[in-house]
Amino acid sequence: MGAVAWTWVLVAASFALYLGVSVYARGRNASQYYVAERPVSPVAQGMATASDWISAASFMSMAGLMAFSGRDGSAYLMGWTGGYVLLAVLVAPYLRKYGKYTVPQFVGERYYSRRARVVALLCAIAISFTYVAAQMRGVGLVLARFLGISVQAGVLWGMAVVFLYAVMGGMRGITSTQVAQYLVLVVAFLVPAVLMSVALTGQPVPAVGFGSPLSEGGAASLGVPPGRMLLDVVNQLGAELGFRPYTSGWRPRVDVLMVTLTLMAGTAGLPHILVRFFTVPKIRDARATVGWALLFIAVLYTTAPALAAFTRVTFLHAVQGTSYAEAPQWFREWEATGLVAWTDRNGDGRMQLSGREDANEVAVDQDILVLAAPEIARLPAWVVGLVAAAALAAALSTAAGLLLVIASAISHDLAKSIFTPNLLARNEIRLARLSMGAAVVAAGYVAAHPPGLIAETVALAFGFAASSFFPALVAGIFWKRANREGAIAGMLAGLGFTAACITWFKLLRPDLDSQAHWWLGISPEGIGALGMALNFAVTIAVSLLTAPPPPEVQEMVASLRYPGSGRRPAGPAARG
Amino acid sequence: MTREQQVAYWKHNLLYVVAVLAAWLAVSCGAAVLLADSLDAVRMGGFPLGFWFAEQGAIVAFVVLVAAYVKLMNALDHRHGVFEDD
Repeated sequence: MGAVAWTWVLVAASFALYLGVSVYARGRNASQYYVAERPVSPVAQGMATASDWISAASFMSMAGLMAFSGRDGSAYLMGWTGGYVLLAVLVAPYLRKYGKYTVPQFVGERYYSRRARVVALLCAIAISFTYVAAQMRGVGLVLARFLGISVQAGVLWGMAVVFLYAVMGGMRGITSTQVAQYLVLVVAFLVPAVLMSVALTGQPVPAVGFGSPLSEGGAASLGVPPGRMLLDVVNQLGAELGFRPYTSGWRPRVDVLMVTLTLMAGTAGLPHILVRFFTVPKIRDARATVGWALLFIAVLYTTAPALAAFTRVTFLHAVQGTSYAEAPQWFREWEATGLVAWTDRNGDGRMQLSGREDANEVAVDQDILVLAAPEIARLPAWVVGLVAAAALAAALSTAAGLLLVIASAISHDLAKSIFTPNLLARNEIRLARLSMGAAVVAAGYVAAHPPGLIAETVALAFGFAASSFFPALVAGIFWKRANREGAIAGMLAGLGFTAACITWFKLLRPDLDSQAHWWLGISPEGIGALGMALNFAVTIAVSLLTAPPPPEVQEMVASLRYPGSGRRPAGPAARG
Repeated sequence: MTREQQVAYWKHNLLYVVAVLAAWLAVSCGAAVLLADSLDAVRMGGFPLGFWFAEQGAIVAFVVLVAAYVKLMNALDHRHGVFEDD
């Protein structure tokens, strides 16, 4: 069976698995209908969080980005794991006991203000929309390759698939299905990494193989003398072609720092992850859940750079100097999607890779590398199918979940709860579907003309989260004096500044999106950290200049901080 | 918990938070970015050390930091008699 056939078999199999698990889990709970649902252990909750976390960005794009950027990609590795430390000590433990709340509702409660809730809703929509657009790109890529169509057509089909999946409820929220998904994702990611690690270095653990010498067979397959370290060979093969060394980066240190900080702060400010911690009854379980989630995520994140290096070196060797007429099958098939291209700049009919723009003949969309890796490494067809099925599942489930967040923010929060309380239930549902449809179409448009790679687009969403929610939540928990004027001003300042930068460089003047023009030398992916600082500064200044929060609110903040006493207090009704 | 106990509890929590964040900063911004060049001179197996920190070491450190925080806070909860039992 070819790769395409295997893909469809495994997609069907994985969805059948999720469906089966969810039916089984629901059946068990039904028998406990009159009993509170059995509490989920932090281990399971952590695994479910990890599966939510691993979207198209972590699964597909990150390793591809690292394969081409080398060390600079570590900003993503550290950003998306280090953020869990912030989550554990600054945010997650304090949200429990708020039950069915969403982050905007929590903000509205903490800052005793309907306006704060509306601002928070706008922030949540901005974050979720950007995130969805990135996932749509992922869905489009997989469909393009396996339906043999262009990526734009793939995105178009993807819109329909995502919408249907979301409307069917996306099978979200059931811990057992998410545990199953985590296992599928990790296995699908590890299989090619392990096989390539063994082929190149003889080491089964990819993270170890990453720092090992090449095996005899590995060296032979790359046409280099035996006994040298993998990373040295990666550096050398690249250097021969005019690429910078893989183990050093090109981005200015300041920017790498800023991107890392943005991703970390954003992690602790993502509404669709934070919402999980509202329903954890015990403060100690919330902390433990974050720890377990990080551990499960680390399994993938320590493997990703290894996979990136293996793929890079295999790709360089397979493509460099090969005559176009004899290009490997995977090259041709990816060419059909428009994501890989060859221009014969020196007229010799052979494919030439180079670190110099003007000499490089092969253009590759870095997002495809994880999908293509098993093919490049000539692994069996079922491995190709497994990776594709897992990538699709990751992108679909995240996209569906985020669309539901957007739809409910618009129809339930903005419309029903705030602006039009007399909205009939069936109209609320219609509005939800309409918002979901509009969001999917808009996200699809962005996915067809992306502001960057999937990981880079997701980084923009993190920038919004870092500059809006993170400061509002941290100030809200750790500083009783933080009041509604401060929070509203802070969120608007942070989000406004970040959105201005991102809109300027990604939407209005993408021709200027380069180091020479960046504001203060910071890329749009890293500007969120500056927006966060701005938010904090404005929140503090404005809070001190205006009236302190009422005593009930200060009491509420105090009660968040201690175990056991976290019975949700009767908060003040939201006052405009 | 009495008022006094609450104040003591929160003080200890803040101490732990600051300690964890200091370590977190040292690893992520320090070892992996700002000091990376000097660290790169040292080799660890096939890795330049700064590179290893950025790609693997930092992640390991983060896991350890969160685990440490969880343990410290559980101990604090016990000391103040507020450990949440099942």
